[in-house]
Amino acid sequence: MTTVSMTVNGKPVSADIEDRTLLVYFLRENLRLTGTHIGCDTSQCGACMVHVDGRAVKACSMFAVQAEGAEVTTIEGLAKDGKLHPVQEAFRENHGLQCGFCTPGMIMTAVAAIKRHGAMDRETIRHELEGNICRCTGYHNIVSSIEDASKKMSAA
Amino acid sequence: MIPYQFEYKRAKSLGDAQAMLAKNPDAKLLAGGQTLIPTMKMRLANPSALIDISKLAELSFIRVEGDALTIGAATTHGAIAASADVRRVLPSLAHMAAHIGDPAVRAVGTMGGSLANNDPAADYPAAALALNATIKTTTREIAADDFFTGMFSTALEDGEIITQIAFRKPRRSGYQKFANPASRYPMAGVFVAQIDDGIRVAVTGAGPGVFRVEAMEAALTKSFTPDAVASIAVASANLNSDIHASAEYRAHLVTVMAKRAVEHAVAHDGH
Ligand SMILES: Cc1cc2nc3c(=O)[nH]c(=O)nc-3n(C[C@H](O)[C@H](O)[C@H](O)COP(=O)(O)OP(=O)(O)OC[C@H]3O[C@@H](n4cnc5c(N)ncnc54)[C@H](O)[C@@H]3O)c2cc1C
Ligand code: FES
Ligand code: FES
Repeated sequence: MTTVSMTVNGKPVSADIEDRTLLVYFLRENLRLTGTHIGCDTSQCGACMVHVDGRAVKACSMFAVQAEGAEVTTIEGLAKDGKLHPVQEAFRENHGLQCGFCTPGMIMTAVAAIKRHGAMDRETIRHELEGNICRCTGYHNIVSSIEDASKKMSAA
Repeated sequence: MIPYQFEYKRAKSLGDAQAMLAKNPDAKLLAGGQTLIPTMKMRLANPSALIDISKLAELSFIRVEGDALTIGAATTHGAIAASADVRRVLPSLAHMAAHIGDPAVRAVGTMGGSLANNDPAADYPAAALALNATIKTTTREIAADDFFTGMFSTALEDGEIITQIAFRKPRRSGYQKFANPASRYPMAGVFVAQIDDGIRVAVTGAGPGVFRVEAMEAALTKSFTPDAVASIAVASANLNSDIHASAEYRAHLVTVMAKRAVEHAVAHDGH
């Protein structure tokens, strides 16, 4: 057992865990933050995407102890004061989801990509989404949602 | 999926990592974890301990001095792709790094981890071999020609840590791959480089390990044009066949990717 401490969605957290605990299980089972999903569990689908020190990473492919001392943001940490994050709002307006299983990962990837690129064209967005799989939408409206959000956020 | 038990240790310095490796013969280095962690989750690897070198600043750097480009072993694919220095000195390498896996893999995956792993479908071995890079470790310098010894195997000894990879600016170079649409690993990738001591063509993804194609190198020495390689085929007998592609198809892709890599080297200098 190791005591791990990090900041998750702005709050300091600490727990005694086995070293082999994956970050995604730590978030879902220790912290009950179940918005971070497990799709493939084999590093392919991006449903488990969270931010660690500002970078989008797959929480199923990282141990919680690797995030010792880090700032972690999950989908639950995006909305502020009861107001959706602009990327969440854009997914709602553009019908960017169907079943919603991939959506937390899509949104975490999009927020990190917008931070790097600012406003993005559709080709750039598709390249940035290479690590996220959606079995429902055909991606079209996901790309539209992110395009919309990236333009609104860069104009603001 | 949950791996076997192990102990996690974060190295405080390169010397610390070396000492811990020496004390724990069943331990493994952990860099980006993008190969090692999935392998451990499948229970195909069972290290007693992981020694995390990903946070060592002394292994994470990109340095340019004249024509020499040196990259720290723990530098991420994302940092290499975004580096203005790499884009200027070796744009084909920046292009390669930008097309490894997906943004989350590039955010943490490292050059040292990729070279040490020597996956027959990894991208960097093609660049290292074609550019005649030098792989520097805690004990010695290894020429790329001697480093890749077969499928998932390298010249690295137990306890040896890659510290940096040294490249020299080529006269021109280009890399093109036919990516598996799911993983983005190359089904065939060809790196073409014109360096001071000649032309080198390295193929990855197609065979059991990275290899050079002498017939293409000879043809490009006579005429550095896409047409020079257009009718040179590699034998399919030694290539991989799997659910993604047959050996014959991979052989075909090698010629097509070689042509495109030369086109890029000529037209865009590797962009
Ligand atoms: C979804 C997905 C897609 C991918 N697509 C591609 C692709 O298109 N092309 C491609 O090339 N790769 C691809 N990869 C692999 C990725 O690039 C890995 O990051 C890389 O192969 C390993 O680097 P790492 O830093 O993650 O190493 P780790 O997984 O941490 O380590 C790999 C091995 O190297 C050893 N090691 C690490 N650092 C050192 C060192 N400095 N000295 C000695 N040994 C060391 C470790 O002990 C371990 O045995 C993909 C991976 C995933 C999950
Ligand atoms: S659950 Fe992590 S990538 Fe699919
Ligand atoms: S909306 Fe169902 S998986 Fe994407």
